[in-house]
Amino acid sequence: MNRFPLWKYILILIIVGLGLLYASPNLYRPDPAVQISGQSSALKIDQNVLSEAQKALDDAGIAYFGGEVQDKSVLLRLKSIEEQLPAKRAIQEALGHSDYVVALNLAPTTPEWLSKLGASPMKLGLDLAGGVHFLMEVDTNSIVKTNMEGYVSDVKSKLRAAKARYRSVELENDREIVARFRSDELRTLGMRTLRSEFPTLQLTEAGGGSNLEIRATLADQEIKQLEDYAVTQNLTTLRNRVNELGVAEPIVQRQGRNRIVVELPGVQDTAEAKRIIGKTANLEYRMEARQDALVTNKEYFEFRNEQERAAYGGAWLERKLIISGERVTDARVGYDESGFPQVNITLDSRGGELMHRATWKNVGRRMGTLFVESRFTPETQVDAEGNEVTVQVRTDDKKIISLATVQSPLGRQFRTTGLGSPAEAQELALLLRSGALAAPMYFVEERVIGPSLGADNIKVGVTSVQIGLAAVVLCMLIFYRVFGLAANIALATNLILLVAVMSILGATLTLPGIAGMVLTIGMAVDANVLIFSRIREELRNGLPPQSAINAGFDNAYSAIVDANLTTLIVAVILYAIGSGPVQGFAVTLSIGILTSMFSAIMGTRALINLFYGGRRVQKLWI
Amino acid sequence: MSSNTKEENGKITEYMGKRVYDFMRWRKVAAAMSFVLVIASVIALAMNGLKLGLDFTGGTQIEVGYQNAPQIADVRSQLQQAGYEGAEVVRFGSDSELLIKLPPEVAQKQTQQNARDAEATNSIGDKVVGVLRQGSDGRVDLRRVEMVGPKIGEELRDDGGLGMLFALAVVMAYVALRFQYKFAIGAVVALIHDVIIVLGFFAILQLDFDLTVLAAVLAVIGYSINDTIVVYDRIRENFRKVRQAEPAEVINISMSQTLSRTFMTSFTTLLVLWALQFFGGELIHNFSLALIVGVIIGTFSSVYVAANTLMAMNISKEDLMPPVKEGADLDEMP
Repeated sequence: MNRFPLWKYILILIIVGLGLLYASPNLYRPDPAVQISGQSSALKIDQNVLSEAQKALDDAGIAYFGGEVQDKSVLLRLKSIEEQLPAKRAIQEALGHSDYVVALNLAPTTPEWLSKLGASPMKLGLDLAGGVHFLMEVDTNSIVKTNMEGYVSDVKSKLRAAKARYRSVELENDREIVARFRSDELRTLGMRTLRSEFPTLQLTEAGGGSNLEIRATLADQEIKQLEDYAVTQNLTTLRNRVNELGVAEPIVQRQGRNRIVVELPGVQDTAEAKRIIGKTANLEYRMEARQDALVTNKEYFEFRNEQERAAYGGAWLERKLIISGERVTDARVGYDESGFPQVNITLDSRGGELMHRATWKNVGRRMGTLFVESRFTPETQVDAEGNEVTVQVRTDDKKIISLATVQSPLGRQFRTTGLGSPAEAQELALLLRSGALAAPMYFVEERVIGPSLGADNIKVGVTSVQIGLAAVVLCMLIFYRVFGLAANIALATNLILLVAVMSILGATLTLPGIAGMVLTIGMAVDANVLIFSRIREELRNGLPPQSAINAGFDNAYSAIVDANLTTLIVAVILYAIGSGPVQGFAVTLSIGILTSMFSAIMGTRALINLFYGGRRVQKLWI
Repeated sequence: MSSNTKEENGKITEYMGKRVYDFMRWRKVAAAMSFVLVIASVIALAMNGLKLGLDFTGGTQIEVGYQNAPQIADVRSQLQQAGYEGAEVVRFGSDSELLIKLPPEVAQKQTQQNARDAEATNSIGDKVVGVLRQGSDGRVDLRRVEMVGPKIGEELRDDGGLGMLFALAVVMAYVALRFQYKFAIGAVVALIHDVIIVLGFFAILQLDFDLTVLAAVLAVIGYSINDTIVVYDRIRENFRKVRQAEPAEVINISMSQTLSRTFMTSFTTLLVLWALQFFGGELIHNFSLALIVGVIIGTFSSVYVAANTLMAMNISKEDLMPPVKEGADLDEMP
C-alpha cells in the first residue's frame, strides 16, 4: 500500500529537475553594461566599433570587461553600476551622435549552456528595476477630423468636375461634411457624383427650400479603422523614438482602445525621455500657392528656422495637403554630387502615389514641408447632463521647415536639398523619421521609480519572503513532524516551480508579485494541512497507519480542488480587470495555485510514500 | 453508525473519537456581532467614505529621500513659496523619507504636454526636487513620482467595482454547481460580509485605499472562499454520513473536524502576512494590513456566517440528495 509506480517518481523528478534548471538563471546577477547599436540597420557594427568604444572607456578611466560583438550591436560590461552613465557619455562622444545609439543595459550572466536551453531570468518590473512608466492617450478624434478635412477639398473638386455647382462645402462638428446646393437637380447630380466617387462616405439628404444639403459622414467601421490605424502608427513611431533614446528592453504597448503604455526600465533622465516621447509633432507636404490663388485656398505660414524667418518671414502655401508625415517611412542624411547635405526621403506606396499625382504637372513650383506641433490645454466644459468635465483642447502650431523647388516629378523616393548645414539636415531627417505621428497624444499617467527605491524594494521583498518562509517551515515542523518535513520540501519545490514557470513565461516580477509569492507560501501549505489533519482524524478513527495515509489523501482531495479552483477563478478575474500592480499580483497568485497543487498533492504524496510506503508501520510521526 | 457518537443530554459531544464543540450554540451571538460590524462598516463607508489613493483620484505623488531628516513644516513652506499650493507632506516609512501629494490640478497641468515647451517637459518630480534641494543642506533624492490623470482614476474605480461583483457572481455560480444553491448563497453572503468589513476598516481608520489594497480585497475574496469551501465540503460529507442528527449537530461536527485545519492555515497565512507587513516596506504595508484583517474576518465568517446562513435557510439532508459524484465517500466507510 501507498507505493507509487516507478514512472511516477521519475516524472516528479523530471519536473522538479526542469524547474531547478529553468529557475537557476535567476541566481546569476546581471552585469551593468552599455550596448552600442547603429541608427540604421545598414550600419556595420564590428570589432572596430568595439575597439573604439574600449579606447574611449580607457581614456575616461572606466573599468570594463568582456566586450562582445553581437548580431547588430556591441556589448561592454562594466564593473560598477554607477559608471554606466559616464561610460555612455564617453562612448557617445567618441563615436558621434549621428550614427550610433548607446544604451544602458543589464547584461545577463546566464551561462551559455543554460541560455541555449532557452532558460533566462525573470524580468524585473519598474518598481524593482527603477525607471519610468508613461501612459499616453491618442487623440483619435483629431485623426477623423484631419481625414474629413482631406475629403472636403476632394469633394469640392469632384463636384466641380461633374458640374454640380454647390453653394458651399463645409466641415461641421469635425466629423460631418455638409454640401449645400441651390436646386434639387444640382443636388441629385451631386449625390450621384459623390456616391460613385466616395464609396466610404455615408450620404444623406437634408434641408429644404433654397437650402438643400447633402450630409456626408464616415461609416463607424471606417472610423474604427482610422483610429486603429492612428494608434498602430503612433505605436510604431513611439518605438522609433524610444529606440533613439537608447533604452534596453523598453516596453511600448497598446492598452485598450486608444492608449499606449511606455515603460523604460533604468531610465533616470525623465525630462529627456518625456521630451522625445512627448513630441506630438507631425508633418505636412503642401505646394506653394500660386500668386493669383484665392485667399480661401491658401494659408500663410512662418518659417520655423529663426534666420529664415528673419530673412523671408513666411510663405503662402495651398490649403490642400499632399501627404502628411505618417506616410514617411524613412529619412536619411546624404550628400549630393557637390558635397551639399540633403535628406533622402522614402514614402510608403500610397504616399508615393499621392506625391507623384501632385508633382508631375507642377515641376518648377516650390513645395513646402510643414512641421506641426500640437499643444493641449485642459478646459472645463459642461456636458449634456450638466456635469462639468475637463476636455483636452488641442491647438496646432504649424511652421515651415523647408521650401524647395520641385525639379522633377516625385515618387516614393525623393530628396530635399537646399539645406544650410549637415546639422540642419540631421535634424530634419530625425524629425521626418520620428516626428510622424498619425494623431496627437497626451500623457495621462506618469510614474517614475528611482533606482535606489527599486533596490530597496528588492531587498524588502526578499527579506519578507525569507522570514515568511522560515516562519511557515518552522510551524509545519512543530505541528506535523515527519509529515511537516515532507510538506516543507514540497513548499520549497513549489517556490522553485513558481519561479521557473514565471521565467519560462517571461512574466515580469513586481513588488505586488513578490507579495503574491509570499501569500502563495502561506496558502500552499493549506493543501498539506488539510491532508494531514485528515490523516490524524483517520488514525483517531482507528484506521491502521497505511490506510489512514491513503484515506487522508483521498478524502481531502475534493476540498483541495474546490478550494483552489475558486481561488484561481478570483485570481484570473483579478488579472482580467486589473492593470499594473494588480496584474503582477494575480499572475504570481495563479501560477502559485497551480504549482502548489502539484507539489502539495503529488510531491508530498511521493515523499510520504517513499518514507512509509510498502512496509509495516506501527506509528506515524504526525 | 451510532457507535461513532457520544451523547450527553441529547446532544452530540463526541464524533468518531473527536470532541464536538457546540459552535451553533453561539450562532445568534455571532450573527449579532457580524451584524454590528457590517452596520458599523456601512455607516463608516457612508459617512467617512474611503480615503481613495492616487490611483483612483488622480493627482501627483512624489517620494523623496533626504540625507538629513527634514522638518515637515519647513518642506511645506518651501513648496508653498515655490507655488505649490495645497501640497500635503507626510513622512513615509522613515524620518528621512517624505511623501508629497499635490492636488489634482497639478497633474492636469502636466497632461498638457508639449514637446518644445521647457516648462512642461521638465518633469514635475524634477521641479519639486529642485525646489527642495535649494532648501536643504544635504542631498535630496527623487525616489518615486506618480502622476495619474483624473480620467484614468475614474475608469479604475469603475473597473474595480465591476471586477468585484463579477468575481462574486462567478464564485456563486461555481459553488451552486459543485454544491447546491443554498451553499452558494451562504458563500456569497460570507464574502460580501468580509469585503464590507475590510472596506469599513479602511474607512474607519481613513487608511489610503489604492490599487494594491483593491488587489488585497480581491485576494481576501479568494482566501475566504477557499476557507468556506473547505468547511462546506465537510458539511456536505457529514450530511450524507451522519444519520439521526440535527442540521445544527452536523454543522457542529463538521466545524469541530475542520477546526485544527482552519486554525493552522489561518495561522501560517497570518505569519507570512505579518512578515510582509513588518518587512515588506511602506508600499505594501496597507496591502498586507487589508489581507490580515481579511484573513481574520474570513476565517470567522466561514465558521459563523457561511454555516449560519445555511442554518437560516433550513438546510437539510434532502437538499444534498441525490449525491453529486461523491458516492465514493460512502463506499469507504469502515
